[in-house]
Amino acid sequence: MTINPDQIIRFSPMHRLQWEEAQQKDVILYPEGMVELNQSSAEILKLCDGTRNLAQIVSDLEEKFATSGLTNDITAFLEVALKNGWIQQH
Amino acid sequence: MAGSNNIKITPPRWLLAELTYACPLQCPYCSNPIDYANYQSELDTEDWKRVLTQARKMGAVQLGFSGGEPLTRKDLVELVKHARDLGYYSNLITSGYGLTEEKIIQLKEAGLDHIQVSIQASTQELNDHIAGTTSFQTKKEVAHLVKKHGYPMVLCVVIHRENIHQMPEILAMAEELGADYLELANTQYYGWAHANRDLLLPTKEQFEQAEAVAQAFKEKVAGKMKIYYVVPDLYEDRPKACMNGWGTTFLTIAPDGVALPCHSARDLPGLDCPNVKDFSIEQIWNESKAFNFFRGFEWMQEPCRSCDEKEKDFGGCRCQAYLLTGDMTNTDPVCSKSPNHGVIQEAIDSAKASAESANEKPLIFRNSKNSKRLSNKT
Repeated sequence: MTINPDQIIRFSPMHRLQWEEAQQKDVILYPEGMVELNQSSAEILKLCDGTRNLAQIVSDLEEKFATSGLTNDITAFLEVALKNGWIQQH
Repeated sequence: MAGSNNIKITPPRWLLAELTYACPLQCPYCSNPIDYANYQSELDTEDWKRVLTQARKMGAVQLGFSGGEPLTRKDLVELVKHARDLGYYSNLITSGYGLTEEKIIQLKEAGLDHIQVSIQASTQELNDHIAGTTSFQTKKEVAHLVKKHGYPMVLCVVIHRENIHQMPEILAMAEELGADYLELANTQYYGWAHANRDLLLPTKEQFEQAEAVAQAFKEKVAGKMKIYYVVPDLYEDRPKACMNGWGTTFLTIAPDGVALPCHSARDLPGLDCPNVKDFSIEQIWNESKAFNFFRGFEWMQEPCRSCDEKEKDFGGCRCQAYLLTGDMTNTDPVCSKSPNHGVIQEAIDSAKASAESANEKPLIFRNSKNSKRLSNKT
């Protein structure tokens, strides 16, 4: 599965993204399961809110963390996220 | 309690709230204890709210509302609302029996995240026979309504000798009903399933054939439906890492408030499982004898004690060790290293002989009458 660069990305309504105080990390919750996220993965997924496409997510994060060259890493992670059903593009 | 002094205790992540033992179904593999009819008292709404609050504070995040049939509790919507306010991910584990569209909407508004519906077989005749209740059409209608109202849905089918030949039709049914997840739960032989094992345990050939069909289907529906496959551990040569390790992750609260490290632990001798009416969840989890009993590795006997795989499977399942060897500190006899491993083959042979017998005894259905009869026998 690949990310369509033009299409808006949104977080799946079949999953929940949530900060866990006890674990001090963001997690994805779904039926009878949980994925613990590192900080960068969580930052990417929080921008999958149905208003941005790939380029906009990349530029927002590069601006937020005052860096550049994040396209490949973010694309790779979003493809994993798409494959796992955490995000959608339709 | 051996070895509880230097062990780092991790907080609970999973809370299974068995709201009631009442159930309109009579499945002969029910995981409730055989003597469930002897436990009549149920926690009230305030008790459950306190339990939910205390466990959430410790770090529990996945919450299963189970039973029995949790829909028989009149305060279910109120408890779901409380759970949502606390930030739990709430799973309703139901037979679907008695679940109306109105209730589905109410639960959604209260914040329920997911509904797991069980179906016993792919045909009405077999489903209604196994469930002991006419329920097949209702269950299918409920599955459609669950999807209609935007829930993720797990369809759960417990697999055993009576329905394992229906695997292709079960998979087709899951697809037709729009399941997001299909749980193919090979029967685990505790409680009622243990009592009915001779009639439920399939042969190895039957397992392998069904597993191959399920595997091919899994590839076909990849990206659309996920398959949870609960392995038939009697046909493995290493035990399951039961409960992800005793007292590390899972907390079950039985209908009467007894806290259990796993939902079968009630049958283990001498654990003195504490009740939430007497202690806080934090006290129970951190300090009770029951939850510390099998933490760490000090409690182990050989061959587990010196085994290089003990950190992977924790010696397997304590309840299975107790049921099949009479000693809950033994290696789970599923392990081929266990000196008691022969009891597994005996169980398999016994089931095969039963299947081939001309006058096979009938299934014992899970109901109050049978519960009282069986538990007063000893």
